[in-house]
Amino acid sequence: MSGHHVVPFKTNLITFITLVVLTVITVLTAKYVDLGEFNLTLAMVIATFKATVVALWFMHLKYDTWMNRTIMLSSIAFVSLLFVISAVDLFTRA
Amino acid sequence: MSTGKVDRRVEPSHHFDSMIQEHEAGKQGVWLFMATELMMFGALFAGYFIYRMKYYDAWVEGGSLLDWKLGAFNTIVLLLSSFTMAQAVTDSMQGNNKKAFRNVVITTACAFIFMIVKYFEYSGKIHHGLFPGLGVWNPEAVEVAETKLFMTFYFVMTGLHGIHILIGIGLMAWLLKRLKNDEFSKDYYTSVEGVGLYWHIVDIIWIFLFPLMYLI
Repeated sequence: MSGHHVVPFKTNLITFITLVVLTVITVLTAKYVDLGEFNLTLAMVIATFKATVVALWFMHLKYDTWMNRTIMLSSIAFVSLLFVISAVDLFTRA
Repeated sequence: MSTGKVDRRVEPSHHFDSMIQEHEAGKQGVWLFMATELMMFGALFAGYFIYRMKYYDAWVEGGSLLDWKLGAFNTIVLLLSSFTMAQAVTDSMQGNNKKAFRNVVITTACAFIFMIVKYFEYSGKIHHGLFPGLGVWNPEAVEVAETKLFMTFYFVMTGLHGIHILIGIGLMAWLLKRLKNDEFSKDYYTSVEGVGLYWHIVDIIWIFLFPLMYLI
């Protein structure tokens, strides 16, 4: 179909290898590097990065319309709202 | 094809102007569904974080009860399945139903491997009295009482994720049947791409579940 970007095998393969490497980094940093409470933050930063890689290349958002990107981003925005408001409540309790 | 029914490989359904318009409309619908999926799991993740803050010791003990090697293995299996699914979409965009079929077969095999590992994990937990319900829970199996809450989050979140894997297996069986019948073309591959998007969202959920349950 004209106007649709066909992602080549090589790009899919590189995306896959990137995700596997990031998984290994997740395990190594969580198991063998003691950062205290920062371990959670680090694991979530890596996971968010991995999710972004999946969304951009495997789910084609890199090549997609702003309409579909907006749908994805709006759901993330609402989830963030839930997280932020819950955190504000919990951290300001007497 | 019977008369009156459109051949969607070469023409749009009668209520669409063009094949591109029909494809974009279908794909947008799948994206809206994916948005609701993220919000559904997002609420569960919010609960996870709130109770982790409240009962940190229980979360540490709960995490240590799970076998991170099995979790890591399943993570790689799901990543591989996402890769072959993405490649199946690439194949079908090029009109190669045979290659797409093979890649969907590998994706389905990975989904089964994932569920088999999950079965062994779940049955091990049930056997050790770590399932919070149905009279299975053994309070003496844990040191911190609230670990029961962690296991509840574990079973609800990975269980809901597992149900998505099972539904994905069903969707891929449907794709395999249609790919075998050569129902797609390089101008009509909406179903393959839609199932692909669903499968990648299931993978994204697991990318967050794995470190939160098994590692942290």
